[in-house]
Amino acid sequence: MAKLNLNRVAMPRQAPKKRAKNFNEVALGYSLVQAKEEAGRCIQCPKRNCVEGCPVGVDIPDFIRAIREGDMPEAVRVLKSKNALPGICGRVCPQESQCEATCSLAKKEAPIAIGRLERFVADWERANMGAAKSPKSSNPTGKPPGKKIAVVGSGPAGLTAAADLSKLGYSVTIFEALHVAGGVLMYGIPEFRLPKAIVQAEVDYVASLGVKIELDSVVGKLATIDELLADGYQAVFLGTGAGLPMFMNIEGENLNGIYSANEFLTRVNLMKAYLFPDYDTPVKIGKRVAVIGGGNVAMDSARCALRLGADKVYIVYRRSEVELPARREEVENAQEEGIEFRLLTNPKKFLGNEQNWVVGMECYEMELGEPDDSGRRRPVVKEGSEFVIDVDEVIVALGTRPNPLIASTTEGLKTTKHGTVVADEATGKTVKDKVWAGGDIVTGAATVISAMGAGKVAAADINKFLGG
Amino acid sequence: MYKILAKKDLVPQIHLFRMAAPAVAKKARAGQFVVVRIDEKGERIPLTVADWNEKEGTVTIVFMEVGATTARLALLKEGDAIADFVGPLGLPAEIEKFGTVVCVAGGVGAAPVAPIARELKKAGNKVISILGARTKELLFWEDVLKSTSDKLIVTTDDGSYGRKGVVTVPLKELLENGEKIDRVVAIGPVVMMKFCSLTTLPFGVKTIVSLNPIMVDGTGMCGCCRVAVGGETKFACVDGPDFDGHKVDWDLLAARQRIYLGEEKCAYEEWQKSHSA
Repeated sequence: MAKLNLNRVAMPRQAPKKRAKNFNEVALGYSLVQAKEEAGRCIQCPKRNCVEGCPVGVDIPDFIRAIREGDMPEAVRVLKSKNALPGICGRVCPQESQCEATCSLAKKEAPIAIGRLERFVADWERANMGAAKSPKSSNPTGKPPGKKIAVVGSGPAGLTAAADLSKLGYSVTIFEALHVAGGVLMYGIPEFRLPKAIVQAEVDYVASLGVKIELDSVVGKLATIDELLADGYQAVFLGTGAGLPMFMNIEGENLNGIYSANEFLTRVNLMKAYLFPDYDTPVKIGKRVAVIGGGNVAMDSARCALRLGADKVYIVYRRSEVELPARREEVENAQEEGIEFRLLTNPKKFLGNEQNWVVGMECYEMELGEPDDSGRRRPVVKEGSEFVIDVDEVIVALGTRPNPLIASTTEGLKTTKHGTVVADEATGKTVKDKVWAGGDIVTGAATVISAMGAGKVAAADINKFLGG
Repeated sequence: MYKILAKKDLVPQIHLFRMAAPAVAKKARAGQFVVVRIDEKGERIPLTVADWNEKEGTVTIVFMEVGATTARLALLKEGDAIADFVGPLGLPAEIEKFGTVVCVAGGVGAAPVAPIARELKKAGNKVISILGARTKELLFWEDVLKSTSDKLIVTTDDGSYGRKGVVTVPLKELLENGEKIDRVVAIGPVVMMKFCSLTTLPFGVKTIVSLNPIMVDGTGMCGCCRVAVGGETKFACVDGPDFDGHKVDWDLLAARQRIYLGEEKCAYEEWQKSHSA
């Protein structure tokens, strides 16, 4: 057996100083030579643990072998047979805790860079084959199309469910509330981490499978779920995500200059406020910006604020660095770009001036106590530790909950106290007849790939229910 | 794309579009709004629904030119189309038999008030409307409000038409004159809604106002439109737009409406420059 190669091929990236001033993608992607070199490290082990680690079950060793052999069309075919959105997943999946964590070489701390290779295959396809040439559904079940299925929401869960159901021969319509499809991939994740042209290319691929996408369609305000069912849809999949921002309910939170991360990112990403006034939607550009929270959304917000021209951007997080929920890679990217981390710090109240603009944030110092329900050590206020950080903009990135619109307009859905919809994890089935759900609407805010996994599971169960 | 089937200039700065939007027309109710985006680079702005016709599949919007987006919108003609027309959003106005309702419309507020007055009358209420504007040239829909109300009082600030003065003067007279008023609906500029609410407060008459904070998505996703009502934060887009005027934090609303004053001015000037060139 050949000697193990433990040198992961590094991802070329824009230099921190340069990228902190532009919205271009940070990671530049492998060249063919680099991709082949990295693919060459795969030992093609018989256990295929990586496939187990993938929520959508991509045949990872097979597409990697195809790259190594230089058969890119085959790599594309293998990848897309399980994953309709590889350009997205290759960029934003937390591979380090999924496929790469179960890779046989992970024990040697040099797992194959599966995410980078996935991205390479997707980018190669877009550059060399074009999304429009993607094969249309071959209708593998052979049954006549026609059974109508409604998918509510065009984020990762909805797109995946729609793609799978369409490939199975169903007539699928996605209803999307916003003016573009993609959900959080469009409004939430910034251009420099996930270029919108790539999202739209993968949305176009899903449409090329025969999926109809109705934009500007707020289900619950236009047709309700029951009206869709009465209108001939034989199953409904709810993939509306967790779009309702959470605030802290502390003094001064409605001051001017305090954004939810959802609003800030929507203005910047979806509405392209970084191109104002060429684009009409403005966003405030703070000099001293505090982002509250420690997840990926907080990192995205902080890095956007920096790129818009802030002098100083803080991440304010109540626990310590090891508990940061963001991907390690994103924390490092933020640190390299000059974001300052104010850890073990929690806001007490916001201070405003006479014009209602935020001018400061009074914070507590925190310390870590005993582990809480989440297993992480509970942050505890140090009494009398209050201090003020001068800021002129604050972005609250403390998580989101499902929008209550669907649940409140649909009879017979069961929801939890967190506003999530109750659905069977193994099937995505809700307690309501003919209605399935998956993604953040069920789990609360989680990852793109887990939402895609849920979309896949539900699609399979819908097919089973409809006699496929 | 959503086509403009008819356009009418109601007064020099206020325009009416009848839009082809069958799905919205089917569901629209008085008091709701739509979010409009002109084109790819456009911003999303909320506009109140002034009327709808389910059979024809049309929705009527009325808007005032106040900045770059509305000025751009005003240039569109019959037959043109806009990229997005999302709705109906927000909760419908409460329509039931209250008894006697006074509907107060200030300026462009005549448009959202008209369908509410009509529905209230249909529900069996006695509807007294007050329509106010700065001057005669800015008054519109006097005829519409007349037909949907049992009585209509018109005011202009400068006395060029109807009674001279602001809408709160006849409102106060109605409250003082002994007739039992069961509810007041006031829609117009923030300062007008605030003073209507202050006028009715000592009389203990429930006063509903329709708030118009800045919005982005209009579906509860961003929290840009948060307002304080009775000490609680609410999202006007999904919890409103109608609220109890006696509980609204008016100063906060007015302050939050000014967040983008600088950017709005910059965009308007840019637009005027490019438009004149």
